[in-house]
Amino acid sequence: MLTLIGLGLYDEKDITLKGIDAVQKADRVYIETYTSTLTGTNLETMQEIYKREILPLTREDIELHAEEKILDEAKERDIAILIGGDPLIATTHVDLRIRARDMGIPVKIIHAASISSAAISLSCLQNYKFGRSTSIAFPQRGIVSEAPYDALKINTQHGLHTLMYLDVTDETNTEHPNQHMTINQAIEQLQILEEKRDENLIKEDTLGVGIARAGSDEPHVHADYLSGLRDYDFGPPQHILVIPGKLHFMEGEALVKLAGAPSTATK
Amino acid sequence: MARYEKMVDKVKDLMNKPENIRNIGIVAHIDHGKTTLTDNLLAGAGMISKELAGRQLFMDFDEQEQARGITINAANVSMVHEYKGSEYLINLIDTPGHVDFGGDVTRAMRAVDGAVVVVDAVEGTMPQTETVLRQAIREGVRPTLFVNKVDRLINELKVDKQEMQTRLSKVIENVNKLIKGMSEERYNAGWRVDPADGSVAFGSALYNWAISLPTMEKNKIGFNEVYDYCNQGNIKELAEKCPLHEALLDMVIMHLPNPLEAQKERIGIIWHGDSDTEVGRSMGNCDPAGPVALMVTDITTDPHAGEVACGRLFSGTIERGLETKVVGMPKPNRLQQVGVFMGADRVEVERIPAGNIVAVTGLRDAFVGSTVTSAEDMVAFEGVKYVSDPVVTEAIEAKSMKDLPKLIEVLRQYSKEDPTLRVEINEETGEHLLSGMGELHLEIVRYRIENEKGIPITASPPLVVYRETVQTHAGPIEGKSPNKHNRFYVEVEPLESSVVGLIKSGDISMNMPELERRKKLMELGMSKEEARKIIEIHESNMFLNMTKGIQYLNETMELILEGFHEIVDKGPLTREPCQGIKVKLVDTKLHEDAIHRGPAQVIPAVRQAIAAAIITANPTLLEPIMSVFIQVPQNQMGNATREIQGRRGQILDMTTEGDTVVIRAKAPVAELFGFAGDIRSATEGRAIWNTEVMGFEILPQNLCNEVATQTRMRKGLKKEVPKASDFISS
Repeated sequence: MLTLIGLGLYDEKDITLKGIDAVQKADRVYIETYTSTLTGTNLETMQEIYKREILPLTREDIELHAEEKILDEAKERDIAILIGGDPLIATTHVDLRIRARDMGIPVKIIHAASISSAAISLSCLQNYKFGRSTSIAFPQRGIVSEAPYDALKINTQHGLHTLMYLDVTDETNTEHPNQHMTINQAIEQLQILEEKRDENLIKEDTLGVGIARAGSDEPHVHADYLSGLRDYDFGPPQHILVIPGKLHFMEGEALVKLAGAPSTATK
Repeated sequence: MARYEKMVDKVKDLMNKPENIRNIGIVAHIDHGKTTLTDNLLAGAGMISKELAGRQLFMDFDEQEQARGITINAANVSMVHEYKGSEYLINLIDTPGHVDFGGDVTRAMRAVDGAVVVVDAVEGTMPQTETVLRQAIREGVRPTLFVNKVDRLINELKVDKQEMQTRLSKVIENVNKLIKGMSEERYNAGWRVDPADGSVAFGSALYNWAISLPTMEKNKIGFNEVYDYCNQGNIKELAEKCPLHEALLDMVIMHLPNPLEAQKERIGIIWHGDSDTEVGRSMGNCDPAGPVALMVTDITTDPHAGEVACGRLFSGTIERGLETKVVGMPKPNRLQQVGVFMGADRVEVERIPAGNIVAVTGLRDAFVGSTVTSAEDMVAFEGVKYVSDPVVTEAIEAKSMKDLPKLIEVLRQYSKEDPTLRVEINEETGEHLLSGMGELHLEIVRYRIENEKGIPITASPPLVVYRETVQTHAGPIEGKSPNKHNRFYVEVEPLESSVVGLIKSGDISMNMPELERRKKLMELGMSKEEARKIIEIHESNMFLNMTKGIQYLNETMELILEGFHEIVDKGPLTREPCQGIKVKLVDTKLHEDAIHRGPAQVIPAVRQAIAAAIITANPTLLEPIMSVFIQVPQNQMGNATREIQGRRGQILDMTTEGDTVVIRAKAPVAELFGFAGDIRSATEGRAIWNTEVMGFEILPQNLCNEVATQTRMRKGLKKEVPKASDFISS
């Protein structure tokens, strides 16, 4: 059997009791660290607290060698993989689930908090008013992807909020190795896109909500016009950005009172 | 040194008068006397002492060049000559004759506007005469002819006056036949060489005399007199009455274009940017006030100044401290010294205007072929067209580990100076792989490493560089990214051989205007649909995007092309380069977010899909073929032809001239290792021969598997050639 266990948002304590139980019962425990990393802990601490040996998996192990590395063994034994956040929100693991199914291996999922819900919680905005989310990637070979612009455009046309995940890279990314994109960098990229597309979508007075270190003891949320957010120091990673659409009056009040938005922005 | 300084002053003055400048090259078959000619021109023009000339081989800077008596690298000199009361600055580039150094010849042709083609009166036009002449004409460089070693006809062959005339006419006729064959248009436009208009001179570079129709009229010395002087052994007097440099340099000034005239014509050949831009207009007009446009044709290392880049300044004025851009490089390069060449000396000057051949330091990012400019967004000059790709490779290693860093530095330097030399590191073995144009080319590189740089090395025996290609169509084949969120569908098929030829000759490239490229390809039979969809040409492989309207494909294309480059640089059969493969992207499914379609996802997916398609498309290996030219006495003919036939060779043509036989043949590079020694002993040293890379041909099927296995094992790969399923998972 294969059990995908969510680790939650920030440190070793964000796993659920169900998750701990599964970790301790499994024959072997792996951890996958390339789709998201827990910034508030490390492997040694987790092994100590969970009282288990935990083996790290690389991107190649899962993407290219899942059969021999994981699935063959999962036919006979109980294999657990620890994954940051909720195990299937980072879309890449659905392939693993499909392959397991094709090999007749049962897959169990143990959820935990995901950044997608935490960010919405912290943003002061209402969940049912979010449109499609998008991600902002570091430019590759000098090219900034236009995908976030298109997503924002569609959401804005419908008055919906846009959740923007920011790129996290490992050492295999030769141009930007081991980096967490900051909110400041993300806004810079959005402005590059605006310059290119010139559709008057991302303006100096577009409102944004920046969220840093969701799930930690010191999460930070700050709302301002992009002109102000661009230079605002959010501190250490991880960061996420929300561009609100049409605001409900409760959302506006919350942004001003809870996230420091200028009162002019919510009119 | 007063005379020297006076000369420097004259050069500095004349470089500002483009009407009085000639940029020329001297080209010839090996041993026809180019370097001796250059030395004696320099002496005649007062640039070196007369005693030195002819003995010193002034242009042969390299110790090794002098020892071998052949010229390896093109070198630059400037000289001043007076003609009809005006002084002229002649910038001269000497070029190597041995084809193993053919890359140097082509580069030199880029810098000059006219050429003196030297042909030995006894041997006549030889294979390399044809090669260098073709390079000149292709670069829009106008030829004149110097028939050298005329004295040999008289003193060695003892021909009579009548026979001498006949033989000389024959040489001229053959040169004209070549010119006409290469470009009838040029030939009819006056590029034919003709003694009657003074574009042909006759003489002896070694004995320092020459005549042409204009000098005959002036000095009253014609063929009759020359014959008598030679016959009587009174060559010294002949040299005094008809100095070599006068006839030659007069001919150059009268017949070869100055930069103003030449650039109007040549810019369109060597640069395919928009002629209606500022830099385009300025180059056409050779305008010193325009933006700087410099093409680097040579890089040498000076013990004091470091890397010196030489090239032709087509537009603008360069001066010390000027900030320039090397096209394709991110950071500006500031010029440090700027100068002109005089023999081995580089004379520093304050500023040099358009139309000159220049030497500069400070261009850190430049390599041979670079375009250097002060303009924004200048289109690069057309790549210099090489006659042939590297065909031989050797693995070398420093004998002592402590020399390794030095060896790496030396190799980096050499490969920067010589673009026909390729250096790679074999990651499995840590050896350096040197690839070049022939056995001799690599031998000279090794010699320079050991003797000039003092690094003892060991070298493997030379190995042939093969090419991979496909013989049928395959696909569409699906390639998935490792995360499975992106899919690429590719087809491969053989690229028409006529198209491969034009890509190799540089007549079809991505730099040329799209419409022109499309037109040429359609003439060769490519459909309009396909011709429109070409987005990359790499080596002689093509990538076509046949998809329509796929969102985000454009922002992913750079990565797709990287995957294409990786696999055609190292093909799936043996990791040798691919040739003549047309890759078509027929469909793509992309993840919306760029995070899920980054380099680690796209590049391998495309690479593997193309690899699997090649493996499915009946792949095979191509081997390099040399054309072999042998001249032997009749009684040795059998021995010479046996040497060819024993090497999977094929005799193409045999002609008899008097008691000598000229054999034209072809044979694979793989079989020609050691040919030099074997033909010498087989013919008692009587054969005059040379070889030249002709192209690639399909390796016979029975050898294909053997070569593939050997190559794979040598590279540390699994012995068996991979199957398509090794590259793509279900």
